[in-house]
Amino acid sequence: MSDSGADQADPAAAEASRLRLSPVHLDEMIAHCLAAYPEEGCGLLTGDPRTSVVSAVHLTRNLAASAQLYTVDPSAYLRIDRAAEEAGRAVIGVFHSHTHTDPYPSPTDVRQAPDPSWHYVLVSLRHEVASVRSYRIVAGLITEESIEVGRR
Amino acid sequence: MPEVRLPTLLRQHAGGQSSVSVDGATIGEVLESLQRSYPGMAGQLVTADGTLHKFVNVYVNDDDVRYMDKLDTKVQASDTISILPAVAGGDA
Repeated sequence: MSDSGADQADPAAAEASRLRLSPVHLDEMIAHCLAAYPEEGCGLLTGDPRTSVVSAVHLTRNLAASAQLYTVDPSAYLRIDRAAEEAGRAVIGVFHSHTHTDPYPSPTDVRQAPDPSWHYVLVSLRHEVASVRSYRIVAGLITEESIEVGRR
Repeated sequence: MPEVRLPTLLRQHAGGQSSVSVDGATIGEVLESLQRSYPGMAGQLVTADGTLHKFVNVYVNDDDVRYMDKLDTKVQASDTISILPAVAGGDA
């Protein structure tokens, strides 16, 4: 789907953006990606789209089963999306791992980014210690945002 | 009429609504009605050759239409149709 709405693709808003989550959320994403290795791991984040506070990390299957590509199981996305809506939340982002490169969105990540309002979290397993970064991808532009880890 | 749940990216074309009701006896007819009612969605759901876009997933209740009859999948008035973008990417 293409993004033509300026009100949903505001690079200025993306610049001031931040993602807020708990230490447990961070650990869950990293552990899931490590467990998925040598394939890319992936999952969805649900929370409050107005405050960018993550309420849950959802670990999903990578249907691509690849070390270089990921596809979130669409039936899992449907289930997670419905449950989030019922709970007054929304899917606010996706995380996936780069098994051998830095935590920065690839051209494929940018081209296939499904929603300009989402947060795109990259978990790099390139080095011995995993590194995590978060980005907004709006109209093809990548903007890194801060990750605030705190008590939730 | 079946209810169609819209992904965030398409809501802007439907006045911000997260779900709408449109006519149709099959998924193809429902998507056509959707695009006629909300022209901003034209070309984003069905390709020029009449197939579902590769990066769009459509469910009738809990069933993925790609594993049913695709755009010919029959729809009941009480069904809920969910349109979701594919969530994919990777380092390739």
